[in-house]
Amino acid sequence: MNAPNKSGWKPAMEVADATGESPTTTGNRALMLEEPLLFEIGHAEQTGVDLPEVNSNAANRLGGFERTDPIGLVGLTEPETVRHYTRLSRQNYGIDLGFFPLGSCTMKHNPRLNEKMARLPGFADIHPLAPQSSVQGALEVIDQLATWLKTLTGMPAVAMSPKAGAHGELCGILAIRAAHTAAGNPREVVLVPESAHGTNPATAAFAGYKVDNIPATPEGRVDVEALKARLGPDVAAVMITNPNTCGLFEKDFREIADAVHEVGGYVYCDGANFNAIVGRVRPGDLGVDAMHINLHKTFSTPHGGGGPGSGPVVFSEALAPFAPLPYVEKDANGEFTIVEEETTDADHQTFGRMTAFHGQMGMFTRALTYMLSHGADGLKQVAEDAVLNANYILRSLEDILHAPFADSGPCMHEALFGDKDFGGGLSTLDLAKGLIDEGYHPMTVYFPLVVHGAMLVEPTETESKASIDQFITAFRSVTERALAGDETLKQAPYFAPRRRLDETAAARKPKLVWEAPEE
Amino acid sequence: MRYLPLTDTDRSDMLAKIGASSIDDLFVDVPEVARLDGPIRDLPMHASEMAVERHMKGLANKNLAAGDAPFFLGAGAYRHHVPASVDTIIQRGEFLTAYTPYQPEIAQGTLQMLFEFQTQVARLYGCAVANASLYDGSTACWEAVAMATRVTKRNKAVLSGSLHPHYSEVVKTMAQFTGEEIATAQPAITPEPNLDTLTSRIDDETACVVVQYPDILGRISDLSKVADAAHAKGALLVVVNTEPVALGAIKSPGEMGADIVVGEGQALGVGLQFGGPYLGLFAVRDPKHVRQMPGRLCGETVDATGKRGFVLTLSTREQHIRREKATSNICTNSGLCALAFSAHMTLLGEKGLRRLAAENHRLACVAADRLSAVAGVELLNNAFFNEFTLMLDGKPARDIVRGLADRGVLGGVSLGRLYPGVEALQQALLVTVTEMTTEEDIETLATELEAILKEPAQ
Amino acid sequence: MPRYFTDEHEWIDVEDDEATVGITDYAQEQLGDIVFVELPEAGTALDKGGDAAVVESVKAASDVYAPISGEVTEGNGALEEEPALVNSSPEEDGWFFKMTVGDASELEGLMDEAAYKEFVEGL
Repeated sequence: MNAPNKSGWKPAMEVADATGESPTTTGNRALMLEEPLLFEIGHAEQTGVDLPEVNSNAANRLGGFERTDPIGLVGLTEPETVRHYTRLSRQNYGIDLGFFPLGSCTMKHNPRLNEKMARLPGFADIHPLAPQSSVQGALEVIDQLATWLKTLTGMPAVAMSPKAGAHGELCGILAIRAAHTAAGNPREVVLVPESAHGTNPATAAFAGYKVDNIPATPEGRVDVEALKARLGPDVAAVMITNPNTCGLFEKDFREIADAVHEVGGYVYCDGANFNAIVGRVRPGDLGVDAMHINLHKTFSTPHGGGGPGSGPVVFSEALAPFAPLPYVEKDANGEFTIVEEETTDADHQTFGRMTAFHGQMGMFTRALTYMLSHGADGLKQVAEDAVLNANYILRSLEDILHAPFADSGPCMHEALFGDKDFGGGLSTLDLAKGLIDEGYHPMTVYFPLVVHGAMLVEPTETESKASIDQFITAFRSVTERALAGDETLKQAPYFAPRRRLDETAAARKPKLVWEAPEE
Repeated sequence: MRYLPLTDTDRSDMLAKIGASSIDDLFVDVPEVARLDGPIRDLPMHASEMAVERHMKGLANKNLAAGDAPFFLGAGAYRHHVPASVDTIIQRGEFLTAYTPYQPEIAQGTLQMLFEFQTQVARLYGCAVANASLYDGSTACWEAVAMATRVTKRNKAVLSGSLHPHYSEVVKTMAQFTGEEIATAQPAITPEPNLDTLTSRIDDETACVVVQYPDILGRISDLSKVADAAHAKGALLVVVNTEPVALGAIKSPGEMGADIVVGEGQALGVGLQFGGPYLGLFAVRDPKHVRQMPGRLCGETVDATGKRGFVLTLSTREQHIRREKATSNICTNSGLCALAFSAHMTLLGEKGLRRLAAENHRLACVAADRLSAVAGVELLNNAFFNEFTLMLDGKPARDIVRGLADRGVLGGVSLGRLYPGVEALQQALLVTVTEMTTEEDIETLATELEAILKEPAQ
Repeated sequence: MPRYFTDEHEWIDVEDDEATVGITDYAQEQLGDIVFVELPEAGTALDKGGDAAVVESVKAASDVYAPISGEVTEGNGALEEEPALVNSSPEEDGWFFKMTVGDASELEGLMDEAAYKEFVEGL
């Protein structure tokens, strides 16, 4: 798989001339086909669905609110529709096509069995408000997935409804706030390390907390002494990502958790990087009170070009009573029931409801399928291979690329580099665009913010050694060009469907919907 | 293990390159207290594709799929026919296994699709601009309230009593933490919603009034009256729509003066899926409000050679740049569901959507007539699209729904389940009819309903 | 007309009781292409050092702080249509807002042009 280029063939750079002028009449380049906008090819009278004609004389009960003006939609027949989207799809990079080392996003292979199972009519074609007796299997899926998540994390409770990672973070922080409020004082401050993902401070601020940043040590971990010095009765929680966004395990996590608990605060763990430790470390053993799990990262549900995600949150005993509605319970007869507003009891101190219905069921079936496929042994191997691949990349590139935390011990599932020593005013962005020409989706760039020109490389466990070796070869070559100040990188990519796009123009005069050109 | 390409030889070669003697060396930073001596206990070991399939099918078979019974449920989740090509399009690996288009040069497929999607949603809603989607209708509803408070710099939201109770609950839950004052009410159980009661609750502190259209009881009303009343007080009108197909038949919220229109897009392309993943739609009528919108936005631009292309834009509103000052903490949205919606809408087009809407309404009228002819059943609505409320004489709707399920009919949603504690709604049954409903299904429901209502009360 | 500078890279011109505020050439260069400026409305009361405006490039949003206390009298409407003015003419046409001088003594702690130049060179 992805064997290195043995023939030694290389495209001549002139193929993509600097003006982007295409030698063809259509603008197409063989398999690379240009596609107009739907609104330029569709028509109001065209449709790809056979439905009875509207009888405009029929009586209606719309109350006099008929929509008489044109809506402005256009249609295509089925063959045109399939071609439109197929052509668009070919302008996208996906995991199916190649190596996608987008750090922190865990772009692992999405098994097709997951897709097949999610489409079983017993899962795909059931209504969220169907009588509970008719959806016992669905409730059992939720219960089984909950059991897996609790067992893998060593935590006693889980809220399944959050729709994505950031929604899960919100769920965790709201439960923390509810618990403090129930104890008489919601407190004021949430401590967040400066290397944190932007959703952490955004979430804490949303929940009404002031955000204080905690510095990192030179080795890339939370500065425990600074954190302890900041702790006090005003601190509601700390939010720490572990493994952290620099790709390192927070080895003092337990000590931090104990200190936070001592002042009555809670420990929120951002579980975005759980893939590095799944099956090998249980966050519950580290003193975590709440942690969201991105099913679309660790548990292989597809990223879909930006969602849908799914972000269940595991809770400690202390926070469990405050979990959101609805949730699934199993009674003594083995019957599953949904606890919602109608049935919740006074003991439960829920902070409320975060979404209509029960969460991302379509992701639950996929994630459960994945867990059953791997089992406890396979998931442990997932973490180990993910970490092995990342360390292999780190040690294969550290001689040529600035690796700020290379001396901080092994990395976890991702390797972090910076743009120090690049020549000719070249930046991380230029290197990333150079990688596009080499056939790769670039790593995460400019995150975390604590490293100048950060490049976060996450290979995941589903890459072969051959694939990683080829990536290392390509990465080294582009890095050498960047170090040497190769001017041509500034114009890269040359071979992608588009050259660099003018983001300034897009933001200065936003054009967010199509409008017919003036006649 | 079928998803793990490394061989044992690879592993030992790689460890040698790293300078580690075993994999445990790479986990040295894990504290002693959290180290495990083997796979986590109490979970099964890996299994073949065949074995997993058997397990999952066993669970799926315990459910009664909507397609296997006469089916009349709605209340925010609708069962429409999804053309076969929609599913093949969303399973293209280049869409399915891509991520947020951070590198626009190799993500034009997703970006152009989002630009088309934004245009479709804006036009459907009668608005100027729509975003690239949010999680679902209920969270979009909350985001609309939060946006209205930013725009008006006021702190109070007035919620109509006939807004989907789950949506109201989400708004109330969030507001507990962010400090907005949320004014709610019980729904008026009348053939038409009482707009005067609603508008009388708008005052000079009100940031927005939130109305569902058609509402949770299926009723349709004149939003322009609410818009005028809101605007007179300097408040915004937020309109929530849970059934986009309706907008192929009835006036758009934008036309009626809504400032922010949000909704659930699940009805087109996405499928029921027991409640998720769904698709949050979000649009604004006035383009000057764009910078206050939550979520991702895709915009048109040109590349270095002047070719048209698309990028994510106005990102400074978002959490990854603005951190604690962001308009929302949302990151991932509902991209693949947006694709499903957009592809379905493309297949329909204006003509198909109008026909689909007309067919839904025609069948709903048939059902309303037939069901209200059953003794002890009364139709509440004056106007409706494909969903209406039946008042059942003498028996709780919850019991009737269960009884119908025992007879193999998924007969509707008991409004008592959505409105616990509202006595007058305990006997209300919300019935939804789409193009998937046959006249035979309607007859079956009528017959079974009649039989259950005749049974002596227990 | 005296021009003062702050260590947050704002400039302020004072003429009688009215002051004009913008960001310096150095600041615009650091920010890159400006795509949007959020200005305070007339009548907004500003405290010295408090948030007054936001200036956005594609990838960053930066707060602009009030160099002195006072009340906003006018925002530069031209920036709405043409935020690029901040890049092309930061210290003239690209001004942000005008304000009253609430407390003239607050000007005393600010830098003059020579001092600001030295300050920037030290960065």
